[in-house]
Amino acid sequence: MRSKRLALIHTFLKFTIAGLIMMALFLLSVVLGSANINIPTIFQAIFDFDPLNINHMIIVDIRIPRNIGALLVGIALAVSGAGIQSVTRNSLADPSLIGLSSGAALTLSLTYALSPSVPFSILILTSFVGAIIGGTMVMMIGRSRRNGFNPIRLILAGVAVSALLSAISQAVSLYFRLNQSLIFWSAGGVSGTTWEQLYIGMPVVIMAVIIFFLMSRQLTILNLGESVAQGLGQNVKFTRVATIILSMLLAGISVAIVGQVAFVGLMIPHIARFLVGTDYRRVIPLSAMLGASLVVGADTVARLMGEAPVSAIISFIGVPYFLYLIKKGGKPI
Amino acid sequence: MTNPRSKKLQLVIFIIFSILLFLAITWRITAGDYKMDIYTFFKSLIGQGEYTDHLILMKFRMPRMIIVVLAGMALSLSGAVIQSITKNPLAEPGILGINAGGGFAIAVLISIGQVNPNTFIYVLPLVSAVGGVLAVTLIFLLSFNKGRGISPTSMILIGVGISTALSGGSIAIIRKFNESQTEFISAWMAGSIWGDEWPFVIAFLPWVITIIPFLFLKSNVLNIINTHDQLAIGLGVNLNAERIVLLISAAFLSSTAVAVVGSIGFVGLMGPHIAKSLVGPRHQLFLPIALLTGALLLVVSDTIGQTIMSTTAIPTGIVVAIIGAPYFLFLMYRTKSI
Repeated sequence: MRSKRLALIHTFLKFTIAGLIMMALFLLSVVLGSANINIPTIFQAIFDFDPLNINHMIIVDIRIPRNIGALLVGIALAVSGAGIQSVTRNSLADPSLIGLSSGAALTLSLTYALSPSVPFSILILTSFVGAIIGGTMVMMIGRSRRNGFNPIRLILAGVAVSALLSAISQAVSLYFRLNQSLIFWSAGGVSGTTWEQLYIGMPVVIMAVIIFFLMSRQLTILNLGESVAQGLGQNVKFTRVATIILSMLLAGISVAIVGQVAFVGLMIPHIARFLVGTDYRRVIPLSAMLGASLVVGADTVARLMGEAPVSAIISFIGVPYFLYLIKKGGKPI
Repeated sequence: MTNPRSKKLQLVIFIIFSILLFLAITWRITAGDYKMDIYTFFKSLIGQGEYTDHLILMKFRMPRMIIVVLAGMALSLSGAVIQSITKNPLAEPGILGINAGGGFAIAVLISIGQVNPNTFIYVLPLVSAVGGVLAVTLIFLLSFNKGRGISPTSMILIGVGISTALSGGSIAIIRKFNESQTEFISAWMAGSIWGDEWPFVIAFLPWVITIIPFLFLKSNVLNIINTHDQLAIGLGVNLNAERIVLLISAAFLSSTAVAVVGSIGFVGLMGPHIAKSLVGPRHQLFLPIALLTGALLLVVSDTIGQTIMSTTAIPTGIVVAIIGAPYFLFLMYRTKSI
């Protein structure tokens, strides 16, 4: 009993620390930038907004939406990664490595080509469809005969499907002369996030994460292996399909907000599992917090480096981590 | 020791593909905004044509043609060697990150700036080759395991990782560029053949005519490497040393090609694969065919890219990817062993 309570306290502590880190990074990210603004001004801007004060304008119209955007993208990618890793039982899975992001990018570029001023809600919908297309292609081909997802096959299929879908998006953007904006997009950046995007994106992300959280018991059981899950009386198929669809939705939203960012969905669930074990009731919320911290932090660094792409900053941490995982053998989780 | 019958088959296929390649080249040269019929093409070729035809042929179409053919050969052969070394039919320079390495080196070169425009063309393949070789060395070191040697599968995964990192790095560098530099690099990444003038032929040709014969001479070693490791060691092949030499030559070959034609993948996958399916896996037999299939693929893709839209040209690399990626996926779908 005692050790159980101790473990509970430990978990609680970890969550508190992760939450504090996330909030601290968020605040820091609002403070730092090409115009440094102190914390009292930030609170003033939020609670006593003065439309004539330029600093207030920067905070409310640029910095805060941008940071909430980064926060949402981090949450969406990390939770999506956790879901995909659990369904494919593959520690190397990541929304952008298995074709979700490039699929979303393709449908987004098509939408832009056909009508440049679509509302964000439609963009989310189209990128969701794109994620479904890309992800389904990769999973169909990456699936081995014995009903498992071999990490190598999945990654290779992801590379090829991404190459194909990106080539088509490039052709589309060349044909419709969208090139400049698309390069910006494929590089990944939250700098242009608007409140309009957030009003639509935020509820969807929060809803999806809550559903994920409610399903986390099933995910934990699924993680033990299909036969165990079936033995415990679970509807394995339903859990799988629901998880995949939610993961695709989350990945699609994040592409619509930020563009393609890899490795968040790969690294964060690993770290979360390392910290709190494989109980998904803990993995999901912790992944959300850690993912948000990573993207907010990376976006701050990117901004301080003169608007470098966030995806490149995250790759600097993500690629070594990916290589380390391969070295370890890419074992199923 | 090659079976005389398969030798004969190879000769027949070689001739067929040579004819196909010649037809594709004729198609490529006669198509385009400036229509040139076949008769004029041949007349200009032997120096009997009119001034404008001759000018267009010799100044614009011919050098591009030669670059495309040579690059197709180089990429295909490089892919063949890499597939044999990694014993993986899905390996190729693009997937392994060699192209990305070349691209990264070029991006660094441009960002350092102050390059003499006269020597730039000649330096470019070398810089790209350095990048490609460094990328491959890194992949090799990372996938080397003291106990087990090199694991082909982890080599490919590591290649994917390195390639992602290098492309990300290139994009990060591009952000600091001015508009024309950005345009150049993004065109390069899409694989639009930009080096289509005579100086590029001169800069690229030496590497092709030295490395391709060298790799041909290594056919037997490649045959042995492609068997079981134990057998290869038993036959007295110093596996790791040979692998390193071959891998570096292959990387050199493909990254010099990539320097002039831009980042083009999948030729190194399809070229050798088609050749192998026609004449079998013996390197003496399929390497010459792979040269032709690679060149043919690139010539056809280039022609499609240049002519399919009347308003703009589609970069050749995009056309190749749209053809090549489904081929790759089809191959994967069939290869259940990986």
